[in-house]
Amino acid sequence: MRLRIRFAKIGKIRFTSHRDTARIWERGLRRAGLPVAYSEGFTPRPRISFGLALPTGYESEAEYLDVELDGEAAKLSGLAADGGAAGLSGLAGALTEATPDGITVPAAVGIDRAEPSLQEAVTSCTWRIDVGGVDETAAAAAVARALDADEILITRERKGRTVTDDIRPQIVSLDATTATADGVRLIAELGTKPRALRPAELLTGLDPSPRELRVCRLRQWISTGSEQREPLEAFPLPNPSPAADAARATNAKDHPDDRPSGRPRGEPAPKGWFAAATKTTTATTTAQPGPQTRRARASLVGS
Amino acid sequence: MTDLWPRLESLLPRVAKPARYIGGEDGMQTPVHTARAVSWLLTYPDTYEIGLPNQGLQILYEILNERPDALAERSYAPWVDLEALMRAEGLPLFSLESHRPASDFDVIAFNLSAELTYTNVLNCVDLAGVPVRSADRADGDPLVAAGGHCTYNPEPLADYLDFVVLGDGEEAVGEITEVLAPWKAAGKPAGGRLGVLRDLAGVSGVYVPALYDVAYDGPRIVAVEPRCPEAPARVEKRTITDLAQWPYPKSQLVPLTEVVHDRLNVEVFRGCTRGCRFCQAGMITRPVRERPAEQVRTMVRDGLRRTGYDEVALTSLSTADFSGIEQVVADTVTDAGCGQVAVALPSLRVDAFTVGLAAQIQRARRTGLTFAPEAGTWRMRQVINKLIREEDLYGAVEAAFSQGWSRVKLYFLTGLPTETDADTLGIAELARNCVELGSTHRRSASVTVSVGGFVPKPFTPFQWFGQNTTVELRRKIGLLRGELRRARGVRLKWHDPEATLVEGLASRGDRRLGPVIERVWRQGGTFQEWSEHFDSGLWLEAMADCGLDPDWYTCRHRRSDEVLAWDHLSAGLHKDFLWQDWRDALDEMGLEDCRWTPCYDCGACTGYGIEHVVASAVPPAGGSQGTGVDRSSGDAVPVALTPRPLVGAGVS
Repeated sequence: MRLRIRFAKIGKIRFTSHRDTARIWERGLRRAGLPVAYSEGFTPRPRISFGLALPTGYESEAEYLDVELDGEAAKLSGLAADGGAAGLSGLAGALTEATPDGITVPAAVGIDRAEPSLQEAVTSCTWRIDVGGVDETAAAAAVARALDADEILITRERKGRTVTDDIRPQIVSLDATTATADGVRLIAELGTKPRALRPAELLTGLDPSPRELRVCRLRQWISTGSEQREPLEAFPLPNPSPAADAARATNAKDHPDDRPSGRPRGEPAPKGWFAAATKTTTATTTAQPGPQTRRARASLVGS
Repeated sequence: MTDLWPRLESLLPRVAKPARYIGGEDGMQTPVHTARAVSWLLTYPDTYEIGLPNQGLQILYEILNERPDALAERSYAPWVDLEALMRAEGLPLFSLESHRPASDFDVIAFNLSAELTYTNVLNCVDLAGVPVRSADRADGDPLVAAGGHCTYNPEPLADYLDFVVLGDGEEAVGEITEVLAPWKAAGKPAGGRLGVLRDLAGVSGVYVPALYDVAYDGPRIVAVEPRCPEAPARVEKRTITDLAQWPYPKSQLVPLTEVVHDRLNVEVFRGCTRGCRFCQAGMITRPVRERPAEQVRTMVRDGLRRTGYDEVALTSLSTADFSGIEQVVADTVTDAGCGQVAVALPSLRVDAFTVGLAAQIQRARRTGLTFAPEAGTWRMRQVINKLIREEDLYGAVEAAFSQGWSRVKLYFLTGLPTETDADTLGIAELARNCVELGSTHRRSASVTVSVGGFVPKPFTPFQWFGQNTTVELRRKIGLLRGELRRARGVRLKWHDPEATLVEGLASRGDRRLGPVIERVWRQGGTFQEWSEHFDSGLWLEAMADCGLDPDWYTCRHRRSDEVLAWDHLSAGLHKDFLWQDWRDALDEMGLEDCRWTPCYDCGACTGYGIEHVVASAVPPAGGSQGTGVDRSSGDAVPVALTPRPLVGAGVS
């Protein structure tokens, strides 16, 4: 069976690379005792696939990975009993426990094996981009100029070559929402096809070009025709808003930077979490299941 | 406390591999700083990726944090990009746990594992905002200390280190803490620093360089004598008698970013008595102390479960010598609780690497295999006392290729005492034969030959030997390159002879090398272990500026009556034992492993009243020790220097 896991990557751990994160997950899945399937061959690798790489230094509320489980072992441990739901309760918590501070797992769900890979499926991402060096008025003007432009050319390095690209088609939406202590907060939805537009590249295309302070990926979107959904439809993320941020800031695990020192890390995750989980009747998930779609915005958000 | 994280955080987006500086590893401790607990900053003077896996540092980290009167955090040398930003922003060296300034700690303790990191030691002290010379430090400054293998000759850094610990640190760090605690509790009173250093000199294994005077006659050292009664005339190393009492690290650090040796590491024994004459580690860590097999199994099982690693290395100076190694490996691979586990056996002796062992370790995933014949001919191997026969090597390589490996790595030294061109070319011959053996099993069989220039080290029989010049080393490497140019399946790699020269300067240098190291550092010569930063010109210039002759330090053969710069320190080995072994080397005489034969009285056991701790009374299977006899079959073990057998005439 296949598992799709959503996780957040917040705080100091944002300075680990995509490759580091993959290794952290390989170890975390083993610590949690999950029966991960391995590839064949001389050097068997765990069958894990990640979505679009998160640039080093960026945080995220919406990272995803797919894990292929060993069918037999999963069945034995009761994981695959009813398509996942019951057998998977408690898994998210166990995975949070098995991964380092700064990584939290709000949802893990069994998915159809026919589901396309994250890399293929995801069409855009919503980013929170805190910038400095501009005030609200200047930021709003820069955003308006960008949205009015027919094309925005930037030069970037690609495979060692300098190329010039028009990034305008990749800007699905862009908004200068609020002033922050040291600048302005932008919310942007940026396309990933054929090549993901990075927030840093977006900023170089703005006029004036603001300084990047802190970036967080808030959502990943799969767009099919006129409808947009998240990779884990059953567990939609709350709407990105300052209020949600404030609520999250009180959660210590999300913010290891603010965590008082004293708790030693390194206790092993409870062995055989799945056996215990099947005995539990109160499934604890962070959000109410329920399919949710939203209509793709017909017009661009802006000033 | 000052938390430097907010300032550091704003710099990290501008540097390579920022995860080096964030801490947060699984196994990281967050000790509470108090007015009484002695705080240690354990520092590795190279990058995080190189330093994090260091087991010595991790062992002391846990032992100190378990003590109520001490605590420890860690630091590593920031890479040049971050260092530049730190200096521009006035950000000092910091700890990874609480991102506290290094100068807030009572002790900054360095692990010295390689001579070429010495300039980084000075750089780290300077980045901490602490005067680099110990004489310039004030009462409130941290004490700057060092431990690790290079401290058997710390003289080049004598003016920069406040104290040095020789040998195993497990017990010594506690005793040092007990000396420092009352001093700290009293608020480090003005003028008290010298008193504390004198008290430290009274702790067994602790050397305080400032308490010794060196007398010279021209370039030669006449005597090194203590200046006060607390300082012993000779500082003896520390040795823990039983590894079973020290099951550390209990919570090995699991880094968030990739490091070298990124796997679970379990030390299966400490010390080695194979008696390879070039090997400082084997001489200074005697006697052999094995960890009980059951404890090894427990540490492996618990460690894998806790860390999530799928690879474990059983570490020691010669892991195939561990009593019952095949069984331990088999248990690890088959233990259901461990999952799919790859086992790495670093430092494998070829005469103990069997098909059985090869079959065991490749069951989950094949780890790289490196064998170290060290020299190309039997004559040369007798000189260096690496008593493995060609048949032993071919047997091991055959075992590897037949069990599915397609590449093995062979490690050699060149520039050894009495080495002739025939010995050097013997390396090429061995490599070619190994490929030929391999190609009967796999068409793609290949061998990587890695050649290092030999640097004589203190407390080895070769401490009197004048090392080869860079010209001579380059010529020998040229010989090999020419010989192997057309050899199919052989890849040749070699160490930069200039780096070998500089390593030699620091290895057997005296206190006059200090200003040289300081000059190189002041000229920007950090990260000299890294080929892209190593600059031999800086070193030669600094030597000339200080009026010192590199050849005098490195290429000169020393005489038996010469006072060596490290004669006032002791690794337990009698100097006359080492001298006799040096003479035997020149006579091409081998010496058997004393673990399974009667004692030669080298001094390491007898001097300290301790013994080998070895579970098996017989050598491992196939351990022929160059005699051509399988000792595991239980025949009589003669105590004699090995005769020189006819090449290829050994009984297998």
